[in-house]
Amino acid sequence: MNSKKWNTVATGILYFIAGVMILILAFLLIFILWNGLPHVSWHFLTTPARSFQTGGGIGIQLFNSFYLLFLAMLISIPISIGAGIYLSEYAKQNWLTSLIRTSIDILSSLPSIVVGLFGFLVFSIQAGLGFSILSGALALTVFNLPLLTRNVEESLNSISESQREAGLALGLSKWETVLRIIIPEALPGIVTGMILGAGRVFGEAAALIYTAGQSAPALDFTNWNPFYIASPLNPLRPAETLAVHIWKINSEGIMPDAAQVSAGASAVLIIAVLIFNFGARFISARVYGKMTGTK
Amino acid sequence: MQNYSADDKFIRELDPKDHEISISTEDLHVFYGDSEAIHGVSLPFERFKITALIGASGSGKSTYLRSLNRMNDNIDGTRVTGKIMYRDLDINSQNINVYEMRKHIGMVFQRPNPFSKSIYDNITFAPKRNGVHGKETLDELVETTLKQAALWDQVKDGLGQSALSLSGGQQQRLCIARAIAMKPDILLLDEPASALDPISTSTVEDTLLALKDRYTIIIVTHNMQQAARISDYTAFFHLGNVLEFDETSNVFQRPKITATEDYVSGRFG
Repeated sequence: MNSKKWNTVATGILYFIAGVMILILAFLLIFILWNGLPHVSWHFLTTPARSFQTGGGIGIQLFNSFYLLFLAMLISIPISIGAGIYLSEYAKQNWLTSLIRTSIDILSSLPSIVVGLFGFLVFSIQAGLGFSILSGALALTVFNLPLLTRNVEESLNSISESQREAGLALGLSKWETVLRIIIPEALPGIVTGMILGAGRVFGEAAALIYTAGQSAPALDFTNWNPFYIASPLNPLRPAETLAVHIWKINSEGIMPDAAQVSAGASAVLIIAVLIFNFGARFISARVYGKMTGTK
Repeated sequence: MQNYSADDKFIRELDPKDHEISISTEDLHVFYGDSEAIHGVSLPFERFKITALIGASGSGKSTYLRSLNRMNDNIDGTRVTGKIMYRDLDINSQNINVYEMRKHIGMVFQRPNPFSKSIYDNITFAPKRNGVHGKETLDELVETTLKQAALWDQVKDGLGQSALSLSGGQQQRLCIARAIAMKPDILLLDEPASALDPISTSTVEDTLLALKDRYTIIIVTHNMQQAARISDYTAFFHLGNVLEFDETSNVFQRPKITATEDYVSGRFG
């Protein structure tokens, strides 16, 4: 065979592999949505779960998932941006910073159940936070921080060195250059990473089972005082999230419609994660246009 | 390449009575870690003249240029010793405010590096950070600098468009406009035309010739025709030494040093 034929064969194989991947993905998506969407209704999305009867919803779990996500991102975004800027712009190449980078890489590959047990020991027990949203948010921070930090660092690294030189040569200080030239140019990448990280956190279950807990006590949506025990905003109450709920009803659910609830909740989870992913693309394109003046 | 003695050199003295010196170096050494890239260079640069730094790749001309506004400070392990005299001040000393100094000594790089902002913002960005305010003042600054950089006529209707949409030559002239918007005394250019096509190159050269009424220009170039066309003085760098510094016509027509003669006649480099 000549090289032209080989090229055709190789291209064909690559297309085949890509096609298999897309098929598997499409099958999973369609399967989950097909089974779950018929059970999703406004009633399903807003009512509390029921343990023994049919007709329970996922209202509280859905709220918990978003609130937990919000708190986790509130803690991890500033830290990851600070750490990423340090690693990319200020850290010198020496054994200490390479140790930091290696630690971050190891942390980012920790299984989430290990992060969950660590969070249980440190936040729930040692720090006395118990099964609470705060414990869960801290565990998710441990889970998410390494990836977010690396994302910020790599987004900043992808900006050409000549941009830094341009800023410095105009008499700007290093910090001004980083803050006003490098970060704005890296922002689309940073935002994308943050949103994808949010999607990952949203679907996380194992890290939360022993930290945020597996129970969703009834919430009083009329009282938003964070110190009131049944307040939705109380960060010290236990909070089962959507992903944990799916895991729980599949392992020990005794309501008659457990299968339907699980399917519906899975569909909602998948849709939320999809929204995060498409949102990431959309927002990052908007940010890029805004930052570069191309739109 | 044959070996040329570093002792065999000719550096023209510029008498301060007849020549106003804008910036000069005295015994400037640059080290990258343990290796010495520049071996003690002393050169004067006359005000409102163009001085070209020529030499083969690796001769140290860019390294030398980058040390004049201390851009080498940013590279780990770089050390610069000796004096850089600017307005009776040694700007190579520790207590100099480097950021303030760079406002007086602007720089344009080999590859055009406009910010990914609009043309207007590219020019006004640094002046704004230094307290230049008011729409009229800024508008005027944009217009005058773009005119000086011979770019105004091509972009005046699209100042809001991204600088990245410009051609390479236009981007480089925008970088020149951006540098002179800070109203520097001295403009350092590191092979500003090497990434450009011949037509853009000639526009950039015309721009530089027009700019020398107001700025002291020091330009690194590997293009000897370019040095001959636009510069008043030429310094020939060879392996980290300056072997010849003289008026450009002398360097190209009557070089006093064998190495210079061999280089400008194309025997190496």
